[in-house]
Formats: sequence, C-alpha cells, structure tokens
Amino acid sequence: MSWIENRFEEGLIVTSLDWAINWGRSSSIWPMTFGLACCAIEMMAVGASRFDIDRFGAGAFRASPRQSDLMIVAGTVTYKMASRLKRLYNQMAEPKYVMAMGACTVGGGPYFKHGYHVVKGVDLVVPVDVYIPGCPPRPEALLEGLMRLQDKIRSQTRKKSLMTKAKEAVLN
Amino acid sequence: MAPEEICQILKSKFGEAIVAADVGGGHPCAQVASERWLDIALFLREDSRMRFNLLRSITALDLLADEKLACVYDLMRVSTERPTELITETCEFAVRIETDRSAPSIPSVASVWATADWHEREAFDLMGIDFPGHPELRRILCPDDWVGHPLRKDYEFPLEYHGIPATTEFELTNPRH
Repeated sequence: MSWIENRFEEGLIVTSLDWAINWGRSSSIWPMTFGLACCAIEMMAVGASRFDIDRFGAGAFRASPRQSDLMIVAGTVTYKMASRLKRLYNQMAEPKYVMAMGACTVGGGPYFKHGYHVVKGVDLVVPVDVYIPGCPPRPEALLEGLMRLQDKIRSQTRKKSLMTKAKEAVLN
Repeated sequence: MAPEEICQILKSKFGEAIVAADVGGGHPCAQVASERWLDIALFLREDSRMRFNLLRSITALDLLADEKLACVYDLMRVSTERPTELITETCEFAVRIETDRSAPSIPSVASVWATADWHEREAFDLMGIDFPGHPELRRILCPDDWVGHPLRKDYEFPLEYHGIPATTEFELTNPRH
C-alpha cells in the first residue's frame, strides 16, 4: 500500500466510498408492505400523493421482506404476531432497518398495563433504529422519522454499520 | 311477538328448564338450564311461532362473586321471504345460561346456528367455557400455547411469552380488571 500513501489527504478514499454507498442506501430505502393496526393507515397516507414518501426515495413498498431495506412496524404488536414479525425481520437482507411507529411499538402504548397480549415495545423483539411516538403519529412525523433514519445511514462506515452490534446482540 | 309470549310458550313447552325470565327491560331474556339448551335452541329456530334464524352474538360473563360463568345468546328473527326489502318485522330475544365456574360447560349450538362456531371458540379462548359438541373447539384469538383464559377476572398476566418479557415495570402481576 506504500504507493498510495501521501498521494492524497489522509482518509480521502475511504470516506468517499462510504459517502457514495451511504448516499445510495439512504436515497432508496425500500420499505416493506407491512401494517398491523391503525398506524398502517397513516403509513398509507404517507405513501399517497399528499405526503408522498416517494420524494425521499422510499416509496417502493415491497411485498416481500427479501426485497426490503426498512420494516416500518406500524401498529400494535401482539405476542402472537411477534414470532411472525421476527421471522420477517430475519428474512430481510442486510443492511436492514426498523422503524417503530406509534405508541404501541415504542413501549406498549395504551396496552402497557392491561394488555395481556401486547408486546411492551417492539424493541423487545427486533432492534429498532428510529422511534416515532404518536397515537398514531402524523404523516409528517413518519417523514421526519425517515429523515432521521437517512441521517443515521449517512453516518455509517463500511467497516461496521451502526446497527451491527445491536443486531448481533439480539440475534444471538 | 312480544317477549312475554315467547317466555310463555317456552315455559309451557320446557317447564322446569326455563329457570327465570326477565322481559321487563330493553333486553328481554330467559334463563334456561344448560342440560336442555340444545333442545330449546332447536325449538327456537324451528318452531313456526319462533323462527329465530339468526344468532347475533354470544356474550360470555364472569360472575366471580357467584362463582359462575354465564353465556348470553342474542337471537334475532330476520325475514327471509323478501330479503331485498327493508326488514319491517324483526323480533329479538336473548337466552342466558349460567354454568359452574370451576368446570364450566354449556352444550354447543354450532349445529343449530353456524354463527355459534366461532363465537363459542372465542368464549372458550377468553373465558375458558367448554362447549361439548363443538366441531373444533380450539383457541381463536390467543396463540395455541397460551396459558389461561385472559378475560376471566382472576386471570394472572404472563411474566414472559417465548422469551419476550411481558411486564416491564409494575411488580403487581395480577391486576384486576
């Protein structure tokens, strides 16, 4: 590697590759067509023309987890659904991201105390990148969450993605 | 037909099996003995004066103080002669059946009204009432390996399910509804 040393400023090439890859990833997040409850209605509104998630390159809702980068957990996660949710997450190809949309997925929401059947936060099942509070969140809030996720993707490095540690912890 | 008449006919036909009748309020209801329930159900559907051809809902009750569980069957008569026209003459009646809380069992009427199939499964799932004669009595809402019947008043919340912690903050794991 001696031939390349001192030719450029330090770190220039690596940073550029990161930038290019992150630009690609963050500009074409494909979410999974996956809604569990009323939050999914807001998610559909975000996908429609008025709020238009396509402006952020994230409008291609895929019908298969294998083609998706982002799982928007929109709605109440029950224990019965949790195993399916985890399976869908495991079927997604890396890099993959999870957004917890709404009070139920953030921490059980209105079912926290008396919901015998509701998971008290989807982060007990899959690692979550962005939490979006609200019951349900406004479409603007979901778009804001998407932009925060894009920020997160842009700050990734190729060596070790931000989420890898958390994912390894959960999957092991 | 007025609810009083229905009760009168039921009493003359089944006698002791009609335990009580409450026809005064807005929800006319007859309490019947669970042993004769299948016969009474068939009579309510088939008799020309009754013709209750629709079971609208089954409500399961937990009477914790009386150590009993109860089911309320809401029946309705819907005109089938001219189904496209507005229903002008309907009749509603309810049947209430109480059963022992320690071994709750009510004969299934899934063979009489097809609606009862899923409703009885739900009552079994959430309240733990057994329905002998049901074609396939298994849980309908909770997972198959769920422990307990959640809508009973003395139900204890699970502490974890398949490795997912169920309670995160409060120590009291037995909240009363």
